Amino acid sequence: MVMRTRVTGHRFTAALGVTAFLAIGLLALPAQAEEPTVKIDNFTFNPPTLKVAAGTTVTWKNEDDIPHTVASVTRTFKSKALDTDDSYTFTFTTAGVYEYFCSLHPHMKGTIVVEAKTGSN
Amino acid sequence: MTTDDDKHGPSRRKVLECMTWAGTGVLWTVAGGVPTSMGLIDGAIAAETKGLTFLQISDSHVGFDKPANPNVLSTLEEAIERVKTLPVQPSFMIHTGDITHLSKPKEFDDADKMISQAKLDVHYVPGEHDILDEEAKLYRERYGRGAKGAGWYSFDANGVHFIGLVNVVNLKAGGLGNLGDEQLEWLEADLKGRSASTPIVVFAHIPLWVVYKEWGWGTEDGGRALEYLKRFGSVTVLNGHIHQVMQKVEGNVTFHTAQSTAFPQPAPGSAPSPGPMKVPDDKLRTLLGTANVTFKQGEQRLAIIDQPLKS
Repeated sequence: MVMRTRVTGHRFTAALGVTAFLAIGLLALPAQAEEPTVKIDNFTFNPPTLKVAAGTTVTWKNEDDIPHTVASVTRTFKSKALDTDDSYTFTFTTAGVYEYFCSLHPHMKGTIVVEAKTGSN
Repeated sequence: MTTDDDKHGPSRRKVLECMTWAGTGVLWTVAGGVPTSMGLIDGAIAAETKGLTFLQISDSHVGFDKPANPNVLSTLEEAIERVKTLPVQPSFMIHTGDITHLSKPKEFDDADKMISQAKLDVHYVPGEHDILDEEAKLYRERYGRGAKGAGWYSFDANGVHFIGLVNVVNLKAGGLGNLGDEQLEWLEADLKGRSASTPIVVFAHIPLWVVYKEWGWGTEDGGRALEYLKRFGSVTVLNGHIHQVMQKVEGNVTFHTAQSTAFPQPAPGSAPSPGPMKVPDDKLRTLLGTANVTFKQGEQRLAIIDQPLKS
């Protein structure tokens, strides 16, 4: 009953609260997972699309029994061949959509969406 | 099953099943014509030895040490031992790539040491695992001498024209294997002026035809290569990469993929991914092996025998 009153009676405040919560969530993200990781297994990149803030370092880890690479479609970045359990990291400083694939098994594709830093403007 | 005019004999599917059960292999014969029939191993052995016999070995993956086969050097050794005891010694071998697992110098050394024990010339094409180092230097230094571009070339033996193609470089995102314009132009020129009755053998790592797009098992511009080959009466395309026997006949073109000597891979779409397939130890050697190919001049037959390490 109390909850319901708050939601209906303070809708504006509640919305603000959600925004604040989201903002805190974004700020807290780097502390929780400083290096978001893309897992490579079963010849797929997981998650296939990863959103990060500019300045984030992304790690790819190969968990397959077969080597893979992480190669930007526009050649912005490219790993060497990653054997089982090898990792590759790349720091995305500029906002944009970065498509990549495995240059050995080109049907394997992934995307990193880099968003401009929030909170600073 | 081995008669010359076996048009009403077993379907291809049936023959494939036979091959799997018998653990021996299928043979095809052709010379200057259209391959119209195929049979089992007995026919090939019975064939006169006057023709040309060569052996296809593929996907040795030296350096691989995962559960699917922790000792790929010993299975390679077994394959080579079997080559030595073949009733008809092949004139040479072709290796359709993935000699090594990670393109390391020691892997190339170990592979070479083992394969050279067959005491046969080996004509190589690279797999994607052989060109992992910068600029594919190690492969080029060892096997690419005298070859064009990324390692393609052709040669003749007993009136048969052999063409080694490279379809593992400059792969495009979302695509399949790739030959590229430069190589295709070279191929067109290489074939120009050759008599349509010349038997042609094309070998490359990734299948030239699309076996299974979802796993990247095919060559993006393989169709262009096949266009150039269309006018020839007998074309045999030998590939590796998929670690299992698969074959198809389309017009005058016979496609065949060889087993690996290292580890099997699942049938298309039968597993979440094409990764190495772990099978019970006693089954492993039935899924590894080589292929023995025989041409016999003057007969409309070409023979390919898949030779598992264990039947």
